[in-house]
Amino acid sequence: MTDVLRLLQLIVNGAASGCIYGLIALGFVLIYKATEVINFAQGDIMMLGGFAAYSLVAWFGMNYWIAALGAIVITAAFGYLLDVIVIRRVIGQPQFAVVMLTLGLGFIFRAVAGIAWGYDSVGYVTPFTNRTVRFGHFVLGYDSLSIIGGTVVLCAVLYLFFNRTRLGVAMQAASQNQLAAYYMGIPVRTIFSLIWAISAGVSAAAAVLLTPVAMVDVNMGFLGIKAFAAAVLGGFGSIPGALVGGIVIGIAEQLAGFYLPAGFQQVTSDVVLLATLILMPQGLFSQKIVKRV
Amino acid sequence: MALFRAEGLAVHFGGIRAVDEVSFEVDEGEVFAIIGPNGAGKTTIFNLISRLYTPTMGRMSFRGHDITAIPAHRIAGLGIARTFQNIELFAKATVLQNLLIGCHCHVRASIAAQILFAPSARRDELAHREKAEDVIAFLDLQRYRDAHVGGLPYGVRKVVELGRALCTEPKLLLLDEPSSGLNMEETEVMGFWIEDIKKDLGITVIMVEHDMNLVRQVSDRVMALNYGRLLALGTPAEVQSHPEVIRAYIGGEVPA
Amino acid sequence: MRTLFKTDYRQDLTIWRHRGDLFWYGLLLLIVLALPHLLGVFYIGELGAVFIYAIAGVGLMLLTGYTGLVNLGHAAFLGIGAYTNAVLLTAGWPYLLTLPASALLAAIAGVAIGIPTLRMSGLYLAIATLAFGEIVSNVLEKWDSVTHGFNGLPVPIPEIFGYPIAGATAVYYVALAMLILTLWIAANILRTPFGRALMAIRDSEVSARSMGINVALYKTVAFGVSAAMAGLAGALFAQYVNYLAPNSFDVLLSVQFLTIVFVGGVGSLQGVIFGALFVRLLPQAISIFRDDLPGNIGHLPGLDPSLFGLILVLTILFQPTGIYGGWLSLKAWFQDFPLHRAGGFRRQRSYAKSERV
Repeated sequence: MTDVLRLLQLIVNGAASGCIYGLIALGFVLIYKATEVINFAQGDIMMLGGFAAYSLVAWFGMNYWIAALGAIVITAAFGYLLDVIVIRRVIGQPQFAVVMLTLGLGFIFRAVAGIAWGYDSVGYVTPFTNRTVRFGHFVLGYDSLSIIGGTVVLCAVLYLFFNRTRLGVAMQAASQNQLAAYYMGIPVRTIFSLIWAISAGVSAAAAVLLTPVAMVDVNMGFLGIKAFAAAVLGGFGSIPGALVGGIVIGIAEQLAGFYLPAGFQQVTSDVVLLATLILMPQGLFSQKIVKRV
Repeated sequence: MALFRAEGLAVHFGGIRAVDEVSFEVDEGEVFAIIGPNGAGKTTIFNLISRLYTPTMGRMSFRGHDITAIPAHRIAGLGIARTFQNIELFAKATVLQNLLIGCHCHVRASIAAQILFAPSARRDELAHREKAEDVIAFLDLQRYRDAHVGGLPYGVRKVVELGRALCTEPKLLLLDEPSSGLNMEETEVMGFWIEDIKKDLGITVIMVEHDMNLVRQVSDRVMALNYGRLLALGTPAEVQSHPEVIRAYIGGEVPA
Repeated sequence: MRTLFKTDYRQDLTIWRHRGDLFWYGLLLLIVLALPHLLGVFYIGELGAVFIYAIAGVGLMLLTGYTGLVNLGHAAFLGIGAYTNAVLLTAGWPYLLTLPASALLAAIAGVAIGIPTLRMSGLYLAIATLAFGEIVSNVLEKWDSVTHGFNGLPVPIPEIFGYPIAGATAVYYVALAMLILTLWIAANILRTPFGRALMAIRDSEVSARSMGINVALYKTVAFGVSAAMAGLAGALFAQYVNYLAPNSFDVLLSVQFLTIVFVGGVGSLQGVIFGALFVRLLPQAISIFRDDLPGNIGHLPGLDPSLFGLILVLTILFQPTGIYGGWLSLKAWFQDFPLHRAGGFRRQRSYAKSERV
């Protein structure tokens, strides 16, 4: 296999894993833009979404596509309820408290998932598992393609939603200036709960897309840490930035895994994160805002 | 001798000239007011003097030293203190602790000495406490001494911020809208305090103000700004009757 | 109800508030010193671990609770301290040197992460420290030649003036001594201009700068001091576990320390002790009551972390002032009895500080 083909292979694989990071980061950034809440349980919500899909397929025998959609809807509802029941109560507390809250929630989700589904990896058959397409020596897995394709579709849907529908525009408004949104008659608290719902749904979609590649297990959520790196790289206020950041990190990881000595691949996302924070804190796309006194 | 001098001071944020080549001098012992419509650049000048912003052009000097480029945390040690438009007190601390932080620029003991609470740290603490108590006596804050700042009424918090600035033992005091949010009585009291600060404590005051009565009552000289540019500089009477100033506030031609 | 009558500013400088405090803390100290004669080895071992966690907790409390710098990688400093201690002891250094050396190396690491993060706040700082913790954890794992990686590193038994520090009781007393030292240093910091400056940085950096506080320097020193305390705790931890594995110092441990600070009560030293007791003794309490729980709940595999998370969440929702805050409320209730009013203890309304303009 020539070097160019290998490079291409790595890039495609990296883009695929990067899309997953980007989707989780997207969910994370949506919430942060609206409410300044740092949701450290984002990865764990993704994990719950993955298990939801698994349950629908394995326990209820549903068709893959219906189960995927069902998982997204169920997880979105879960995100909505989470905001209504728990997150709303901590508005007004210092950020440290909210960080601890979401960390605690992550613990609970992992533990409950372990109790309900056990600690082994589980999977189910998808239309994309173990199928590949070949171009000579160049092998593309359907799973990677599905991830990239799914991400594109999802982002297109979200873009249309946020920019072309009333609800989406209202969400943008509420994210930028809560008080003004209230004055305009926008039900801000409900909107925030809906944002949590969308964020959770997107994470569930990410889990479903990831399943052919990595299966579902309780510790799946630790990808969340890489999602932070993606969000930071993209610039925290920027949704397309989160995706671009994810893809860059995904590709960087694949390249590090191949070209650098063993052990460096694991820390790639951390190194990128620190480097971004130190050298280019506003990320690739965002603007820096300074407090006026 | 001029205590403070700004020459050709300017700061540009992108295309916006927040302060556009302003030059002025403040003499020792005077109360110097800066007035102007909102957005004229008044607080920006304060932020330049206390070095929270870096000027794009121009120079500033204080007691003969060029302060244009020194780090922000050295300003207090040189003798310049300020209050903030939106009250930047330390909300989770008591009034006394806020005042004690004002004394910080006079700390002698090293950090290591403080960690071990060496005698030098002890001496510093006692000296600062005396100073803070002097300020509490001056501003009548005795009954709020141990109260959490966050729970105090707005007027009291403004006074606490003033006290915190006084604890730094400044030669120059920058007051940013001292009367904003205060009712008429509180404004009058604030005016008396500014006079006391000038006469009894010998501190030079630069203040940004909107309340013209207060300006007339306490200031020696006034500078009017608009769109970052200097419109007029002189006694309160001169500036208030200056046609450019009137046009800036009211707009249109001055009736003949 | 006690009325404090003060005649001298010096009375405000002391660590204890009045004679009564001194009496109770003295009594507590005597009890703690006598415990090894009263309790079995298992409990003494656990209490030793509580002390070690408390030392690291004090460091984190100073950094996060007091200076406002959220640190999700605190366990990394512990790990650095632990491995430094083990490696130096193996090389033959005396214990009285390896302890400060471990603290010093951890402090250097603290400064190393403190300086680049000077301009970061809140969220970014939290993520950066998380990444830093991961990197250190990885380095400890991969640096085989020094740390033996996954094979683990055995910790030699040190001696102080010929007396071996082996077994639960010895570790207990050494940890206790170090805890008292750490608490004393922290109390000093909190009653001097340095401590007030840290708090000022937390509440309003802009103001702090205008008051003459060199924010960059103080943040860096805060990181250094915090890391040094964690490094010291790490060195003692090595004695406690006797065998070091790199994956002990991961983000889950960092979260435990944050829990200590938070559940104990942010911003108070007593809170750290309560928090350390809670975090270390909760798993023990669970295993004691495991069999009494209905059905099969007690034996579910994910019980420990889920209870941990649940208590964390409930604390934040319903008792944000932590255990120590609850203790103060209780004391106030007793002191004011029967005149206590329900809202009497709340100090002020809390509004979140927005990072936006």
